[in-house]
Amino acid sequence: MSNPIINPENLVYEKSSVLLDNTMHYCPGCSHGTVHRIVAEVIEEMNMQDKTIGCAPVGCAVFIYNYINVDFAECAHGRAPALATAIKRLNPDHLVFTYQGDGDLAAIGTGETIHACNRGENIAIIFINNGIYGMTGGQMAPTTLVGMKSSTCPYGRDVQLNGYPLNITPLLAQLEGTCYVTRQSVHTANNVKKTKKAIRKAFENSMAGKGTSVVEVVSSCNSGWKMSPVKANAWMEENMFKAYPLGDLKDK
Amino acid sequence: MEEVSLLKGNEAIALAAIRCGADGYFGYPITPQSEIMETLMAQKPWETTGMTVLQAESEVASIYMVYGGASTGKKVMTSSSSPGVSLMQEGVSFLCGADLPCLVVNVMRGGPGLGTIQPSQSDYFQSTKGGGHGDYKLIVLAPASVQEMADFVDLAFTLSSKYRIPSMILSDGAIGQMMEKVILPPFKPRQTAEEIIEQCPWAATGKPANRKNNIISSLELDPSKMEKKNVERQERYRIVEATEVRYDEYMCEDADYLIIAFGSAARISQNAVETLREEGIKVGMLRPITLWPFPSKVISKYAEKVKSMLTVELNAGQMIEDVKLAVNGKVPVLHYGRMGGIVPNPEEIVDALKKQM
Repeated sequence: MSNPIINPENLVYEKSSVLLDNTMHYCPGCSHGTVHRIVAEVIEEMNMQDKTIGCAPVGCAVFIYNYINVDFAECAHGRAPALATAIKRLNPDHLVFTYQGDGDLAAIGTGETIHACNRGENIAIIFINNGIYGMTGGQMAPTTLVGMKSSTCPYGRDVQLNGYPLNITPLLAQLEGTCYVTRQSVHTANNVKKTKKAIRKAFENSMAGKGTSVVEVVSSCNSGWKMSPVKANAWMEENMFKAYPLGDLKDK
Repeated sequence: MEEVSLLKGNEAIALAAIRCGADGYFGYPITPQSEIMETLMAQKPWETTGMTVLQAESEVASIYMVYGGASTGKKVMTSSSSPGVSLMQEGVSFLCGADLPCLVVNVMRGGPGLGTIQPSQSDYFQSTKGGGHGDYKLIVLAPASVQEMADFVDLAFTLSSKYRIPSMILSDGAIGQMMEKVILPPFKPRQTAEEIIEQCPWAATGKPANRKNNIISSLELDPSKMEKKNVERQERYRIVEATEVRYDEYMCEDADYLIIAFGSAARISQNAVETLREEGIKVGMLRPITLWPFPSKVISKYAEKVKSMLTVELNAGQMIEDVKLAVNGKVPVLHYGRMGGIVPNPEEIVDALKKQM
């Protein structure tokens, strides 16, 4: 007898076939799970599962390959754009993307990020900016806001001591090699839809050989921020979006 | 008839790489090896064999481009000189941890630090003992001529992919810059995508429906699994040590004294052997070609026959430690070396050997 609930006409959501069944290790309220789902859905919709090579970061998303069912190369901290450069040049018919946090992309890997973008590598960079080091336990990130507390700036980020937050995405938008630079978030259903569109566009650009696409996702890290998921989202809207306003920075 | 060319060692490396079907070269300029990338760029192999050549923004980026290319099963390489190779060490450790085949060429110059641009062999420890973190080895080939620079490219790629251990050609500024006659290896086609999938089932080539996703990684948080990975790697190292040792012997059969030298130090030492032989002194020379795996067995065999051994190195005495381990105290082992980019002349070596008689 068929289950009266699971009928095609009742189906409003289905897990992407490109997502694996492993239980995610992310904290409840974390943005990574949502962005992973979007990436998997876009790969499925573009029918690119067998042609995709992902570059995993160091950080909470280091285990992305346990969740998104495509081939992955796990990169050293910050080096994903260098790997992606070679992977795409040697395998031009493949969809190549990096998935990087703020410490990975905007601190230790700043050089690799800027030069890959400047060469216009035909890759997509997904940049999760939550203003903190999640995996190592809540240390200051390059994007930590002024006054924001972390375990290595326990009294709040002090510009005299720590310098200013690095707003790297507008910098990347200035480079000739980037074709699409956008800043999104996944804290509401509407924003999830917009982020999905942005990632789809970034992936399509890569396959069309238009240059480097950068999708920054301003994200919450409620554990690192020491807030409830709901409060973290509200705090993000109030503070993070002021420093990192959402929207397209470049679309050529 | 085979065509003979007159080439610099660095040029020979570049041309041999194209001929042996390399898929990619990623590098950053540094003296005394910049001719490798210059030659590749002038050759434009992307128009002929389809080989990719890219000037990276740093040695760090270069080695991770190599990591990326190797992750997809491609035959990839980089080259640099001592300070640049130091920068690459994190990546070398990652390559070893992920069991990725590739080729790193180090045309050594004197150090430490920025040092000098003149030839040296002071990166022996870094190359053979692991310059990065973790328990790992590289297959290290030491060419002593421009011909060997050309020949070892294909050999290095072959050994590296056979054992999934990164290989290194450890040369120096003298071999890189000097010109000699050389016969380049024959052209070999690059591997097709199908061949790579067949030969490298582990590679990140895109996940088809019939297999799990391939993950190239050196990460394993479960210590029991991590130890198992290490044990398996060490077992592979033991096989390499048992089967891939290469060396050259010169007038060793009746030798009372043995000089042990590699690379350009071996070229100079060969002249010293000839001078000493003319004087009636029975000297031979053993030249390790693989610095790892080190020819310990044959050296311990000679320890039963000769009165003493002398290592000649362009450093403060590095390979001598491996020689002493092989000799195990049976005969005295001395070292003669010059540092900082100074290359000894044969007479100095003759004197050094006479002193220990």
